[in-house]
Amino acid sequence: MNIVVCLKQILDPDIPSRDFKVDPAAKEAVRGGANLVTNIFCENALETALQLKEKIGSGKISALCFAPESGEDSLRKALAMKADEATHVLNSGATHPDPLAVAQVLAAAIRQGGAVDIVMVGRESGDWGVGQTGGLLAEELGLPYVGFVDSIENNGGTLKIKRQTDSGFEIIEATAPIVVSITNDEHNVPRVPKTRDVMMSFRTPITKLTTADLGVAADSTYYEVATLGIPVKESSCEFVDGDTLDDKVGKLAQRILEVTQSM
Amino acid sequence: MSVIICLFGKSGFDRAAAGVAGAGRSIAAVTNTTLQALIIGSAAPGMTEALGAVVDTISVIDAPELNEYQVETTLSAITQGCKSLNPSLVLLANDTYSQEITARLAHRLGGSAVGDGVKIEAVGGKIHVTRSVYGGKAEAVVELKKTPAVVWLRARAFDPATATGGTAGVNQIPVTLEPAKTKIIERKSESSSEAKLEDAQIIISGGRGLGGPEPFEDLKALAAVIGAQVAASRAACDSGWCPPTWQVGQTGKKVAPQLYLAVALSGASQHLAGMSDSKVVAAINTDKDAPIFKHCKFGIVEDYKKVIPLLKEKLAAAR
Repeated sequence: MNIVVCLKQILDPDIPSRDFKVDPAAKEAVRGGANLVTNIFCENALETALQLKEKIGSGKISALCFAPESGEDSLRKALAMKADEATHVLNSGATHPDPLAVAQVLAAAIRQGGAVDIVMVGRESGDWGVGQTGGLLAEELGLPYVGFVDSIENNGGTLKIKRQTDSGFEIIEATAPIVVSITNDEHNVPRVPKTRDVMMSFRTPITKLTTADLGVAADSTYYEVATLGIPVKESSCEFVDGDTLDDKVGKLAQRILEVTQSM
Repeated sequence: MSVIICLFGKSGFDRAAAGVAGAGRSIAAVTNTTLQALIIGSAAPGMTEALGAVVDTISVIDAPELNEYQVETTLSAITQGCKSLNPSLVLLANDTYSQEITARLAHRLGGSAVGDGVKIEAVGGKIHVTRSVYGGKAEAVVELKKTPAVVWLRARAFDPATATGGTAGVNQIPVTLEPAKTKIIERKSESSSEAKLEDAQIIISGGRGLGGPEPFEDLKALAAVIGAQVAASRAACDSGWCPPTWQVGQTGKKVAPQLYLAVALSGASQHLAGMSDSKVVAAINTDKDAPIFKHCKFGIVEDYKKVIPLLKEKLAAAR
């Protein structure tokens, strides 16, 4: 089974709000001292792929990343986690190409890479959180798609896909090839690479491509960011007070009832 | 050209549908066009009547295969329905299925999509959608460049549509269905006896500070008194104190209830991304500097262990 896992590199989403700044003119977040990391859902996807391959006992996992030079770090980590090969499509254009442009670039790279059974992407990214790559990729490749998947089993050629829904989960039967988006679950927490595998990852060659090699232009024709800003939240929290706990909780109850009775 | 709202017949005219209709009407009004509803599958009892009071026309795509969602079949039906109605804007709610098909629908219609909209406007003939980005740390307005614009909304954040005074007629759209390439063979609901979190008017949410699963029982008891649903932060869900379906945040549910009461929950931006559009946020926390208080209308700086039993008593007495 050939599995392609698409990885997005993003600004570390765990940086605290007080350190987070945007450049309103460039409509971009300011990187400052923050690290670039692989989007967590993409790492969940890689973990899901690794577990599926381990269960089947054979197969090939290819990590694919469309990013500037820095994207190599995400691919090295994927190799250290034991992806079999890695392809880096260099993004020399806009920092955040629109989702259709991204899907077209990834689709071209996947087609060039040969036969594939499952294409995995993360459910959404921790920066722009658009969540469209999987669906658009499926359309570009002409394949079926399932979103919010947390595990996949291979039952003699039939894929048994478990996905999360608003109220629980669903089991979906499908045959390869297919595109899925992966969400997080207690079972697909990304593994921590072994030190030896981290060293080894630097000896594995990464296939380097440009958008020109793939014959695609990552133009923005889908959408454009009109404005980006940090919303100003008025911190006008009224702290209930009182001489006793009973007083205070009484006032809290009163405020809650004011809201619930006006609904 | 018109504004279309896509609804699943099975879901009926719920709060989400009313919010989507409200958003649709606001755009239809300023762009001087009609608001049309497209129902996939048989309409739930009373749905066409309730919907008929707020939209201008109703189209139903009805086939036995469409009563239960199957990705490829449902998507092909909606695509054909939209093509026959020639929309400038297609709106959907924020349920799993709508989220799953939005981008693909846009692709098939030659349009542009965006999701998780909390505000939508028509600016110079283009649709602008406001959405939270960077885990709720920032907010962006996105301009959709292709037509139709296909958008899923944080539906309950929008005011429900108001009655037009008329009654929309219902017509059927015939379609040729694509065979199902994938098949949903099992559907499990972990909270079948409870209402959907996204539909809740009041949510009581527990965070890391609860320290274990037991306090969630106390939150449940409090919730029962005021008809609330219980939710949780990622930290609480990841610790296994409550089911993952309770999680609110960037990686969980996006909710916008009338009242969101955060208990022992600090309010990491990850969490705020899922609930900052609530009408009123309140919190119980021992740390007066907890970020959650920045989003609160009111709050109490106390240990939840002391507050919850007393609060339950007082709210029960007020009923």
